Amino acid sequence: MSVLCGKQTRLIVQGLTGSAGSFHAKQMVEYGTNVVGGVVPGKGGTSHEGLPVFDTCFEAREKAGANATVIYVPPPGAADAIMEAAAAGIALIVCITEGIPVRDMMRAKQFLKNYPGSTLIGPNCPGVITPGECKIGIMPGYIHKPGTVGLVSRSGTLTYEGVDQLTRLGIGQSTCIGIGGDPIKGVDFIDALTLFANDPGTKAVLMMGEIGGDSEERAAAWIKDNMRDKPVAAFIAGQTAPPGKRMGHAGAIISGGKGAASDKIAALQAAGIKVARTPAEMGLTLQSLL
Amino acid sequence: MKIHEYQGKALLAKYGVPVPYGKAVTSLSDAEAAIADVMKTTGGEVVVVKAQIHAGGRGKGGGVKVAKGAAAALDWAKKIYGMQLVTIQTGPEGKKVQRLLIEQGLDIARELYLGMTLDRATGRVTVMASTEGGMEIEEVAHKTPEKILKESIDPAVGFQPFQARRLAYALGLKGDEVKSCVKFLTTMARAYDELDCSLVEINPMVVLKSGQVLALDAKMNFDDNALFRHPELVELHDPTEEDPSELEAKKFDLSYIALDGTIGCMVNGAGLAMSTMDIIKNYGGQPANFLDVGGGATQAKVTAAFKIITADPQVKGIFVNIFGGIMKCDTIASGVVAAVKEVGLKVPLVVRLEGTNVKEGRAILADSGLAVVSATDMADGAKKIVELAGGAK
Repeated sequence: MSVLCGKQTRLIVQGLTGSAGSFHAKQMVEYGTNVVGGVVPGKGGTSHEGLPVFDTCFEAREKAGANATVIYVPPPGAADAIMEAAAAGIALIVCITEGIPVRDMMRAKQFLKNYPGSTLIGPNCPGVITPGECKIGIMPGYIHKPGTVGLVSRSGTLTYEGVDQLTRLGIGQSTCIGIGGDPIKGVDFIDALTLFANDPGTKAVLMMGEIGGDSEERAAAWIKDNMRDKPVAAFIAGQTAPPGKRMGHAGAIISGGKGAASDKIAALQAAGIKVARTPAEMGLTLQSLL
Repeated sequence: MKIHEYQGKALLAKYGVPVPYGKAVTSLSDAEAAIADVMKTTGGEVVVVKAQIHAGGRGKGGGVKVAKGAAAALDWAKKIYGMQLVTIQTGPEGKKVQRLLIEQGLDIARELYLGMTLDRATGRVTVMASTEGGMEIEEVAHKTPEKILKESIDPAVGFQPFQARRLAYALGLKGDEVKSCVKFLTTMARAYDELDCSLVEINPMVVLKSGQVLALDAKMNFDDNALFRHPELVELHDPTEEDPSELEAKKFDLSYIALDGTIGCMVNGAGLAMSTMDIIKNYGGQPANFLDVGGGATQAKVTAAFKIITADPQVKGIFVNIFGGIMKCDTIASGVVAAVKEVGLKVPLVVRLEGTNVKEGRAILADSGLAVVSATDMADGAKKIVELAGGAK
């Protein structure tokens, strides 16, 4: 069992013909993901990397039966790509694009409220993977191993780090969700945790947060009330980050004394969640709970 | 991106937000003419001389002075221009004042606060207003949160007049003051949206004795991700306000922040970069920087990143920690090799590579003949670089 994606997924790639789109489409196909085509306006009817290209998401859904999309469209057109996918009735929308203006995402998010059947992951995220079944995004496939631990993380490469540690310990993953580091995004910690809580294939969860905002604190409170039967381990990046500086992610900034790593760690611990002391101990911390 | 107060006021004035009449000068020799112009145009004798630096707390630091008469104003201009202005936001070394704003003095009845920024919890822009203008607003928010009035903007329809009226009445305004305030707030909201702002703070927003609401100060920050559609804003960027290494990093679209330690870091992804800093500290070292090379880095970008790190004289060792996803390990390896060939390598270098194209990346490093210490994982790399750079402190 898994969440969001699996063998039933029929994926299209928006921005297939760009360099990132091409490279990662190939990687996803090699991993075994059922990629059924790409969407590139103006290139409909052609084929790329052996995949049929459509002009619109509507066409891709009708002709190729797409039920999921991954977006590699550059920032100026990325929010538009998200909205098109939702309007076309695509159920899972994974947006990899980094650097989308906040104003665009604010509107896109409002627009998505009209399409409750669509779930957005990202933007500015590594994607979602159900090991051994379906890889949607940019994560290196080989580090994953099928199993029963669900992962959710705000950071891309830190997610790989956590996965790698688990796999080396012989612990497999049910689904790994990179929710992305932007201040306005689709699925948040609580949404991902809800999916894992309801998934019989997920027995434990590793959650990786970082400084800025208060979504880890809210997640901690949620776990305390709703997830008593599945153990959760966590890590918070940015324990040594100076305040007031934007650490790469638009989200990772400590402002006005809020969002510091120490506050988040305290909130998680108060909710009974075991927090890894260093990023090298994420896997071991989760292992100690099994 | 941040801009100066005078630039913010000029932008807001274009939208119709009332601001005081003023002239900005970038050299002291223009100050006298600017003072004369402000006095002549406004017919008033009182002018305000304001230091223009990208930091708050300028008044308390002695960077804002009110003067009566041209001679007194020029006196203050001479004292403030070129001074090393220290405020709560500049750090102890302060910032050199290289621009002044000369403004008309006004008859102020009340000082209020206005702020607009993204509320991450709601995913919407929030307009905040308070009667406690001119004060340290974070302190107000902390001690008396009920004094911060808030209105959340629905992105589908924008800021509505009823929301502006609600704030104006709650601020205790009456009659024509309400009308002036509503116009002020709706215009501000339009400017915030159209200019892709990330923060606007008007502290104080003042009510004049005439009843008019006006921006006495203006702090505007913009969403860096939206600058591609605002070439007119990019032109307002003042490079002298930034750390030179951070500026160089920006040219290559790298996310770099200089810190005080001795271990240079090059990492992909913000979360992993922060974690790398954390683990270096855990083993007793101090990171010299935060550097996220980003996802779509090219070999040239990696080379530039490496050069920025090695240019820091404090750096006693370098730790490259890469977990390839969209970033390919061979791109990183080629970039590092090219950089070392160009600038040499005078300090120990520990490299940890994992992820996309890792075999190709490791082969490039092995074949390069460079003195690279390889690490099996993140902890191993951190341990090794701390030892090689002189041990735990």
